[in-house]
Amino acid sequence: MNARKAFSLALPILLLSLGGIAAGAPPEDARQQALQHLLLHDCGSCHGTRLTGGLGPPLLPADVAGKTDEALVAVILNGVPGTPMPPWRPLLTEDEARWLVRRLKEGPP
Amino acid sequence: MRRLLQAACLVLASCSVAAGASDACLSRGTGDLGIVVERTSGSLQVVDTTRHVELFRIEGLGDLSHASAVFSRDARYAYVFGRDGGLSKVDLLCGRLVKRVVQAGNSIGGAISQDGRLVAVGNYSPGGVRIFDAETLDPVADLPATVEGGAASKVVGVVDAPGQRFVYSLFEAGEVRVADLHNPAQPAVTRFPGAGANPYDALITPDGRYYIVGLFGEDGLSVLDLWNLSGGLERILPGYGRGERPLPVYKMPHLEGWAMAGDRAFLPAVGHHQLLVVERDSWRELGRVAVHGQPVFAVVRPDGRQVWVNFALPDNDTVQVIDTQSLMVIHTLKPGKGVMHLEFSPRGEEVWLSVRDQNEVQVYDTEDFTLKARLPAEAPSGIFFTARAHRIGL
Repeated sequence: MNARKAFSLALPILLLSLGGIAAGAPPEDARQQALQHLLLHDCGSCHGTRLTGGLGPPLLPADVAGKTDEALVAVILNGVPGTPMPPWRPLLTEDEARWLVRRLKEGPP
Repeated sequence: MRRLLQAACLVLASCSVAAGASDACLSRGTGDLGIVVERTSGSLQVVDTTRHVELFRIEGLGDLSHASAVFSRDARYAYVFGRDGGLSKVDLLCGRLVKRVVQAGNSIGGAISQDGRLVAVGNYSPGGVRIFDAETLDPVADLPATVEGGAASKVVGVVDAPGQRFVYSLFEAGEVRVADLHNPAQPAVTRFPGAGANPYDALITPDGRYYIVGLFGEDGLSVLDLWNLSGGLERILPGYGRGERPLPVYKMPHLEGWAMAGDRAFLPAVGHHQLLVVERDSWRELGRVAVHGQPVFAVVRPDGRQVWVNFALPDNDTVQVIDTQSLMVIHTLKPGKGVMHLEFSPRGEEVWLSVRDQNEVQVYDTEDFTLKARLPAEAPSGIFFTARAHRIGL
């Protein structure tokens, strides 16, 4: 499945959940550290610890620049059916997914 | 002076020798040595498995996420496959990087040929397999992973096989290929389409006969009998999930080193908390073992009596031990968060576990499960001992 198709699939789910995504506080410091760790190691196991790609596509700022935060949040929470990208909703809240998307868009510090 | 230095290395266990330093080379056998990958720092440790100490720390190996390694047949050198396409040759006795080539954009692992002269690397980007001279790391052959009318596939499950062959699988195309490298200038590639949806990894049985392909895109596995290639691929354990909805898979299982214990194979049920036990040759299901989480590695102790299993997130703080006769879980360990890999000593009296989030490697006795040693390591992942040098498929 190509990325475009994946995003179009994710869109209806996204629209249903937009209300929940719109607002919300950033995670607390300890949780931010845990999320940074998850990004490095667990996202990294498919996307590379430097996010240069692997079984999953690269997630460097240039790679995600053309996609909206909402679409990326939806992909993280719902996964991409038909690909190895799993739904992270059992492990992450919407605010946490949004925080991760900001880290992806900003790139490594 | 040199001998003094060596003695100091062994006693202090802290010989960090800069790349290029050769005056501190050890003069000893390598049969009880190994490497521990430190994946975020692009470094690795050379370890002594008898004394449980670090001998050298070697830096500058690039991006080592998902790194794996094979050994030269004299077990002096390790070939390390990095995520960034880097192929590094490391001297275990001198603790230094001998040569490093960046041969692709993104790679997944590799293998060394039966005669030890060729190293094959499987690539995600640009896809395909590249073959290098083991001595010089000069390029020897290029095996693209394209299919008619399609883009290049990611290559997974590269193994060596008897007959100077490499066997590998194509993730997107669902195909197995066997490359005969008797004449490296003209590799003879035989294709086996129809392996199934999205092969994610593969293993070869320790005798080099069966190549078993795990599938992500469907419930089942494929087997190729390398003694009878004309028989083609056989699908085994079709529909093993029995319609049960699979759980999200937060980490792909790895098949290399998966468990062949005598005539029993222990295979992962992708997306389920189970190991599937099948009989070799008939590939009939003998049973299932319910385990703590989704298995990532299941490695058989060299004598075949136990299988040790680690798990995917969120259960990666646990390791379980299965008795291969009764198919019962006989012990559960909690080494700490992020158990990434495990490796047995050559004859299996000890097992080394990398515990990533505790920045340490733990060594356990496999008879009474006591913790025998801890070695500090920076976010350790893969552990590879030189005994692999003399085993088919590792």
